[in-house]
Amino acid sequence: MSVAVDIGHRQGGFSLEAAFESSGRLTALFGPSGSGKTSLINAIAGLIRPERGRIAVDGRVLVDTRDSVFVPRHKRRIGMVFQDARLFPHLSVAANLRYGRWFTPAAERYGDIGAVVELLGIGHLLDRRPAKLSGGEKQRVAIGRALLASPRLLLMDEPLASLDEARKAEILPYIERLRDETKIPIVYVSHSIAEVARLASDVVVMAQGKVAAAGSTAKIMQRLDLLAHEERMEGGAVLDTRVLRHDERFGMTVLGSPAGDIRVPFLQAVAGQPVRLRVRARDVMIATERPHGLSALNVLAGRITAIEPGEGAAVEVRIDCSGATVMARITRQSQHALSLAVGRDVFAVIKTVSFDQANMATAPKERFDA
Amino acid sequence: MNWLLDLSPDEWNAVRLSIKVATVAMLVSLPIGIAVALLLARGRFWGKTLLNGIVHLPLILPPVVTGYLLLLAFGRRGPAGAFFADYFGLVFSFRWTGAALACGVMGFPLMVRAIRLSIETVDRRLEAAAGTLGANPFWVFATITLPLILPGMIAGAILSFAKAMGEFGATITFVSNIPNETQTLPSAIYTFTQVPGGDEGALRLTLISIVISMTALIASEVLARRVGRRMDIE
Repeated sequence: MSVAVDIGHRQGGFSLEAAFESSGRLTALFGPSGSGKTSLINAIAGLIRPERGRIAVDGRVLVDTRDSVFVPRHKRRIGMVFQDARLFPHLSVAANLRYGRWFTPAAERYGDIGAVVELLGIGHLLDRRPAKLSGGEKQRVAIGRALLASPRLLLMDEPLASLDEARKAEILPYIERLRDETKIPIVYVSHSIAEVARLASDVVVMAQGKVAAAGSTAKIMQRLDLLAHEERMEGGAVLDTRVLRHDERFGMTVLGSPAGDIRVPFLQAVAGQPVRLRVRARDVMIATERPHGLSALNVLAGRITAIEPGEGAAVEVRIDCSGATVMARITRQSQHALSLAVGRDVFAVIKTVSFDQANMATAPKERFDA
Repeated sequence: MNWLLDLSPDEWNAVRLSIKVATVAMLVSLPIGIAVALLLARGRFWGKTLLNGIVHLPLILPPVVTGYLLLLAFGRRGPAGAFFADYFGLVFSFRWTGAALACGVMGFPLMVRAIRLSIETVDRRLEAAAGTLGANPFWVFATITLPLILPGMIAGAILSFAKAMGEFGATITFVSNIPNETQTLPSAIYTFTQVPGGDEGALRLTLISIVISMTALIASEVLARRVGRRMDIE
């Protein structure tokens, strides 16, 4: 499965000129508001008609302005989950869910209502009207409605942006299940680095209507320069690890990574299960020799591969720890005092308690083994 | 009560005819009204202002003028009248069908206005969402737009019905005042007022007219509220 987009479009004073290709499970379109992410997926869904370019999903050309190809939205079979859910107010939840199924040829239907209802945990809502649902429930129903139209590709336009933190935490696991348990590729628009780091396999970074960078999540997450000021504080490395064992005495879980063992607060996961860990650059300290008498439990040996100027007094240091990259944000004064330079062997120090649940995403074991 | 219902056969016919004329006028103009309201609310075409003006013309012209124009166009020798007579066998002049046409035309601006307003409040993003779920434009209209404008349609239909119940000027100009054929309630009341001793009959028909109009209005109110509750739009 692949998505290939190369389009140019102008709308008012805004111009979009973007190209990307992805064959990932979940591709995040990441960037600040007004960077053109939504226009891009609206073009994929057929909600806007780009002035120039080509869009193909799985080799099927949906738009090609040179050949005057424009497949109307209802023939694209591309599901869309909108930021504002857009459930049909005059239909019950059950009728909303069945809506797209009705228009899907029987031979192309997959999945069934029972399974989707179970996947999203919306069984108790079926008889209700959309107006009677909470924001999080609406969004889950909207996801189910899109899924049941048996799409070839699922687009999600900031599905969590209008929800509070508690609701986000309620829905994120469902999106992870969706990513891991269904075969539908997903393009996910977001301006939240936490969501992207947790969900995405690939990231396309948008800025001012253009693609600023694209690549695997681990690669992109290290590029702190791509992030806006607020997000920069949240930026850092993404490590793909797996559960080694639990330390029940101290309520901790030990994760294995190429960089070495990492101790995190207890995780509900079985041994061998993959865990994606986001290590924020601001949570990482640097020591020039292995520290003694220190409360931080995670000490990873590595070598500095790059030092980039950060904002204000900070520099951002990239450390290669046996193949895994960890980012650290320290002051320029510390860099000077410790004479840190590219090529120097150092130790990255991370407190266990700096990992909260939002920074640790578990995936089912089967997916890891596959 | 007995006094009220003690009507002569001609009077009964006037009541029945009025209801028939108003119902037919409402039902026939409803689909046309929806189409024109859609065009005015959503269409972008040359001459939209002109169409809007023509639709509203019956509202601002003296009814007699509208009736006379209908007579010119839909009379036996009028271009539209000849066309319908030749191809559909449908004759308007001096028939109850003509009364229905006059009433429909007079109520049309009111109906279009109500429906247009409700179309303009429909969230077009819902229609876009339906499109991504595989519904083509026809099905989007039938399953999303139409149900969402139902309250406006009911309001428009009732306005048209009420207008038809009271229409007098255009009807009498176009199809005259023939008992049992084109003599609707208002025409019958008018006739009563023109003859000595007709006051009692006029009063009776007036009361009946009020009852019918009020019933229609209350029914629409109840219906609209029930539809509104069912939809529960945020």
